[in-house]
Amino acid sequence: MTNTPEPAAGSPDKEPAGPEPATTGQAPRSHRDPEQGETFLRAFLGNLWSANTVMVTLLAVVLALVIGAILIIVSDPDVLAAYGYFFAAPGQALSDSWAVVSDAYANLLKGSIVDPDVVRGAMDGTNSWEQVFYPISETLTYAVPLVFTGLAVAIAFRGGLFNIGGQGQAILGAIGAGLVGFLLPLPPVLHVLVALLGALLAGALFGYVPGVLKARTGAHEVITTIMLNYVALFFLSWLIVQKGIQDPARSDAISKPIDSNAHLTNFGSALRANIGVLIAIAVTWAIAWLLNRSTLGFELRAVGGNPDAARTAGMSVGRTYTFVMALSGGLAGLGGSMMVLGTAYNLTVQVVGQIGFNGILVALLGRAKPWGVALGALLFGALQSGGNRMQSYSGISVELVTVLQALIVIFIAAPALVKTIFRLRAARASRLETSMAKGW
Amino acid sequence: MSTVTADTLATVAPERGFWTRERTIGTVLLALGAIAAVLFGSLANAQSARFTLSEDAAGAALSVNGVLGAIVFGVIAAGAGATLLAGVDKRWFGLLLGVGLVGLVVSFLCWQISSARPGLNYLPLVDVARGTFNLALPLIFGALGGVLCERSGVINVAIEGQLLMGAFSGALIGTIAASAWIGLLGAALGGLLISAILAFLAIRYLVDQVVLGIVLNLLAVGLTGFLYERLMQTNQPGYNQPPRFPEWQIPLLHKIPVIGPVLFHANIFLYLALGLVILIQFGLFYTRWGLRTRSVGEHPTAADTVGVRVRGVRYRNVLLGGVVAGIGGAFYTLALVSQFTKNMIGGKGFIALAAMIFGRWSPTGALLAALFFGFADKLATFLGSIGSDIPSQFLAMVPYLATILAVAGLVGRVRAPAADGKPYVKG
Repeated sequence: MTNTPEPAAGSPDKEPAGPEPATTGQAPRSHRDPEQGETFLRAFLGNLWSANTVMVTLLAVVLALVIGAILIIVSDPDVLAAYGYFFAAPGQALSDSWAVVSDAYANLLKGSIVDPDVVRGAMDGTNSWEQVFYPISETLTYAVPLVFTGLAVAIAFRGGLFNIGGQGQAILGAIGAGLVGFLLPLPPVLHVLVALLGALLAGALFGYVPGVLKARTGAHEVITTIMLNYVALFFLSWLIVQKGIQDPARSDAISKPIDSNAHLTNFGSALRANIGVLIAIAVTWAIAWLLNRSTLGFELRAVGGNPDAARTAGMSVGRTYTFVMALSGGLAGLGGSMMVLGTAYNLTVQVVGQIGFNGILVALLGRAKPWGVALGALLFGALQSGGNRMQSYSGISVELVTVLQALIVIFIAAPALVKTIFRLRAARASRLETSMAKGW
Repeated sequence: MSTVTADTLATVAPERGFWTRERTIGTVLLALGAIAAVLFGSLANAQSARFTLSEDAAGAALSVNGVLGAIVFGVIAAGAGATLLAGVDKRWFGLLLGVGLVGLVVSFLCWQISSARPGLNYLPLVDVARGTFNLALPLIFGALGGVLCERSGVINVAIEGQLLMGAFSGALIGTIAASAWIGLLGAALGGLLISAILAFLAIRYLVDQVVLGIVLNLLAVGLTGFLYERLMQTNQPGYNQPPRFPEWQIPLLHKIPVIGPVLFHANIFLYLALGLVILIQFGLFYTRWGLRTRSVGEHPTAADTVGVRVRGVRYRNVLLGGVVAGIGGAFYTLALVSQFTKNMIGGKGFIALAAMIFGRWSPTGALLAALFFGFADKLATFLGSIGSDIPSQFLAMVPYLATILAVAGLVGRVRAPAADGKPYVKG
């Protein structure tokens, strides 16, 4: 049968969609061909348990959570002690393990989506409704910069390049946004726009360099972008202690605060989520359009698919490489600006955190497709925000989230491994291989 | 202007008419030497610049007038460049390049030291040399780990993770066993763990190796950070107080000025590093193992045809690479400081990667590159201590910028093993 449940994820060039819709979008499709009846149901269940994008992603998350749980148990001295007399009282060890793990993961959920206690409180009137949205707001706050850096990596992927320089480009973007933010006196709306433009240009410049080096000299972009990450970091750490940049009231390495005109407007007084969310959605849409509907996007994908064929067809591979890297850098730069204009409000050495490196993971998670990247960023944002609560309520270090994120991406990058572990059937549309395996 | 891609450049012969690599570099050296002589000479102070043969201001010293030194050494560098430009036999290339670079650095130092406040106008050679080695040691181990992997065709971006895991497990196991030697073994196992995941997924499941490296670095950061907070922070004496390796003093030899205290009064890691460089250099180019490794990294199909087990060789080399890098990580926790702290490698793994690339994927090249990067790092701290105007951050960029210039072919050309990063599928 041609109507597999997975066309959305399998061929996103026609309909950019993340992994999610496949399961929910199942019901209407079954009505379309009711005459198939039982055979359809069987085929559907069979396909469900095959190595398709959604299933592999889901199982990767499950596997990561299981390994995370093991880590929580083996690093807890009390629970380990219970395992010491496991054969005397196996129930004790198991229930202790269950208690500590379920408490941690419950807080992971409460910190990222919703806390039932707060909802009850809002109904009683003991706390405001705004607090109910706090976890979601945190999730979105962490997700927004990752959408940009993820898109940056994804678009380079599609053009056949591996941009590891998201971190450096995001730093440059943060610098661009920050400098505009506290050096230029501009009216409210315009200030934000100019600051975003500054971030875009600064990031694009830093992406252009490896792009042009690749096009002109063949220097491998993986090497040059890794190196440029550190160049950017040292440049930032130099910049923020210069006169006119450093906050005169502070002795540590921190810049002046950016003008309040350049802040991204928050959704609520106690919420950190801001209009960056809307910008992220708009940019995701724009990149999806660019990739799948425009001539430029076609050229980009053609070069990424087979540079020799693209060259034969009359496209300039070098120019496309340069363009892709500049665009990618600009996107990562915007990601950096979200941190400065949306949450941090000044420049420090750590201002962009790890968003550049996490962007690579998010891009892999989203299979280098724009809406997939957005969903991947949402998952990472949720893990981060839930991890913070897990740390303060359950006493489980937020570093566990880094482990979970890395594990999820390892399993996603090796779908064949997940397939073997769960004995999944082979998927029909096997576009699972994220592997590019090109070498330096 | 038409663009040139990697493929077309690779087919261009290194001899480009008059402008050979030697002549290009000679021109650059000549120009830089001239600039150094004029610029540093005019900026330098007439105060003397002292290079003391000890760890501080005391003792015998080589002293030179700042202005004179800056000019003379600049001219020496320019002279080396001019000789290269004039065209000499190729075997003199390395020597002349070395003379030119040292001339540039000394000219720069004469300017900087003579401009320092009176009383601070000295450079303690022993201290600088020892600092250089200390900063270079993890880079040497990391770069050697990278060379072992990449010569057999598996990209190793996970050096950072291997160093970090080595440092962590070295501290953990060293503390539990209360023995630095067992800690060293534990560090090797830590590096091996990261390498095993890399090898398994890259060779068996054909996962993109750069992606894998990045993710493994993150995994190492998360895993060590998580266990550090759960175990080490709560019970410092029980899990995070490893014994340290003592400094060995080799009789007689340690009395040689400068070289003695640096090379013959050191801990095991220095000797391990130098030994491994020699061992791997010899192994790679003069043994059956080395020939097989290189053939698998350059042309796996051909190697397979003559009966070399491509995947087997790769597994072995990647695992070995992890062991070497893991031991390098232990340098932090079993020699430098005797405890693990969160994310203590802090990007050194990526400088090690740069050293490997800059050293053209060869052990001796990696050693020289690591020493150069270590020296740049040490110089940044030294200049900071004498109150120089040169921002330390720009010196810290030197390794990365040098690597970019190297891969862009602006100074010579570096080339990775041909099959580096390409999984081998039989048939």
